[in-house]
Amino acid sequence: MAKEFKPKIVSANDLNIGDVVYMNSGGGWTRKLAEAAIAHTPEEGETLMGRAEPQQAKVVGPYLADVALDDDGRPFPTHFREKFRTRGPSTRPDLGKQAANPERREPLAASGGI
Amino acid sequence: MYRYDEFDHDYVRARVAEFRDQTQRRIDGALTEDEYKPLRLQNGLYLQLHAYMLRVAVPYGTLDSRQMRTLAMIAERWDEGYGHFTTRQNIQYNWTKLTDVGDILDALADVEMHAIQTSGNCIRNVTADHFAGAAVDEIEDPRPTAELIRQWSTAHPEFAYLPRKFKVAVTGSPNDRAVTKAHDIGLRMLRDAQGNPGYEVIVGGGLGRTPMIGKVIRDFLPKADLLPYLEAILRVYNLNGRRDNKYKARIKILVHETGIEEMRAQVEAEFERQMREEGGPLVQPDPEQVRRIEAYFAAPDFADLPATSETLDAAMAADPALAAWVANNTSAHRAPGYTIVTVAIKGTGEAPGDATTAQMNALADLGERYSHDELRISHEQNVILPHVKRDDLPAVFAALQQAELAAANAGLITDIIACPGLDYCALATARSIPVAQDLSERFAEPARAKAIGSFTIKISGCINACGHHHVGHVGILGLEKSGIESYQITLGGDHTETMAVGERAGPGMSADEVGPAIERLVDAYLERRANDDERFIDTYRRLGADPFKHALYAA
Ligand code: SF4
Repeated sequence: MAKEFKPKIVSANDLNIGDVVYMNSGGGWTRKLAEAAIAHTPEEGETLMGRAEPQQAKVVGPYLADVALDDDGRPFPTHFREKFRTRGPSTRPDLGKQAANPERREPLAASGGI
Repeated sequence: MYRYDEFDHDYVRARVAEFRDQTQRRIDGALTEDEYKPLRLQNGLYLQLHAYMLRVAVPYGTLDSRQMRTLAMIAERWDEGYGHFTTRQNIQYNWTKLTDVGDILDALADVEMHAIQTSGNCIRNVTADHFAGAAVDEIEDPRPTAELIRQWSTAHPEFAYLPRKFKVAVTGSPNDRAVTKAHDIGLRMLRDAQGNPGYEVIVGGGLGRTPMIGKVIRDFLPKADLLPYLEAILRVYNLNGRRDNKYKARIKILVHETGIEEMRAQVEAEFERQMREEGGPLVQPDPEQVRRIEAYFAAPDFADLPATSETLDAAMAADPALAAWVANNTSAHRAPGYTIVTVAIKGTGEAPGDATTAQMNALADLGERYSHDELRISHEQNVILPHVKRDDLPAVFAALQQAELAAANAGLITDIIACPGLDYCALATARSIPVAQDLSERFAEPARAKAIGSFTIKISGCINACGHHHVGHVGILGLEKSGIESYQITLGGDHTETMAVGERAGPGMSADEVGPAIERLVDAYLERRANDDERFIDTYRRLGADPFKHALYAA
């Protein structure tokens, strides 16, 4: 029996800041996992990666990461490494995405800044 | 302190300009990541989990107050207000932006610092005893040797693409504080029967996936022969080291597979060949340059002082906290009336080695005012004030208290080494800092920590062992097991001249099991030690692993 396909999103790091970003359904980049485009099949995964890989001038190292979906169909990380990537250092809640003012590290290359 | 000559200045400035241009081309889209990555790594810039990280070299861990202030300024201006001192005596900034890196490197160049050769398969920043030039047990200051190696290895064209990275450590004391036996090359300064200075040369040590204790390849190498001999080792390694398998590419594997006898024969043959060259080996340094380097490291003008300080004695009698700190965080200095201060960057519940801008500035002020303008970074992730008058210790302690740097725990169970782990590092398999923080809180009570005595805990967030876990009395290695963080404990490691690699105690445990397990282990040690002076490692060697394994897994 074929292994069940786990839903996936494309994640990468922003070129200028190094911040974690996710590809959205428009082929652009968001800092919020909730806004990421979800691949439900291997083919959809390939399509997303096909859109991500040429975007070298915006992001570094795009890859497919497993997610699970909540009742509303929103993605959340299944692996602890990805969970930390959605937040920042667990020892410094004042830094990274989890910080009170996460937008202060803008502008992102991935969102067209700089 | 070594000061750059014109060549050093020009070289570093040219490298900054070159890398600034390369970075701009990456931002503009002219360079792909595949093209840019090796360039940024050669300039110390990594991409970590949440941001870029810049690793700045502190050559052999020595810096002055002006340099420390610049490190503080960089943290404030371009980072998040702190830096992380590493086991390689370097500093890492965790939140570097690509658009700032050129400016940061220029600011570093202003104070004769850089980030070159802090990454990549080259000869990395040379490390040395952090008590160099101050220790009472020192045969000779290892820093002129380390500086000579720095000059020889910087941009050495033959060794820019070695099979793998290459690390050299130098100690001038028989008490090895530089972990020389865990380096690709370790140099221990000694004197022969006639009193001539030289080195014991150790090769093939290393931690990581396959920990190995270095082996002596030359019992005594005359000082003047150092560079031709190092060149010979590097040539043999460069030629024969494995390039087919990254995990077998370090010189430790070559030494292991070739055998030390054969390795020695090959190195000696290459060394002899160089010595026969007309006019001597090409790499032999100009004696004038050697003298110039040595002059930079001449001992400061120490005052003529009595060995004891009445001022200090009176202050300690009045202030038990000062007395406890002096007893624990100072070490014997070679000049009477002076002492070496270890500033433990290990406050309770803090991330080991993390210092804020304010703390770095406070350390710079103390170094300038009380320590002949010298500071050191230790591989234990602490900062050293190497030349402090005993009379000045009350003032130094008061300033450290103000800066929240007065932890009296150097060398104790809470003086934990921890690598950045999965809180920052892209290679990590588990977190290390929270484990260190938990342990530092469990053993925070000063009387308890003091009663436990000398005890090293070293934590790495993956098999690469940047946290030196193999050589901790207790080593903790964070791994991933079935989708969760799991910690493997090793016992009986030793990072000193009696180096030993710790033994795995048993199966991995979850993060919240580690703290209670270590507490049971410590209790078992306290119950079994022969007397209050028997260190954990000695009790472990006397009794073997069983009682301690039992204690770890007793729950
Ligand atoms: S030991 Fe592993 S997790 Fe820790 S800093 Fe080194 S590479 Fe990163």
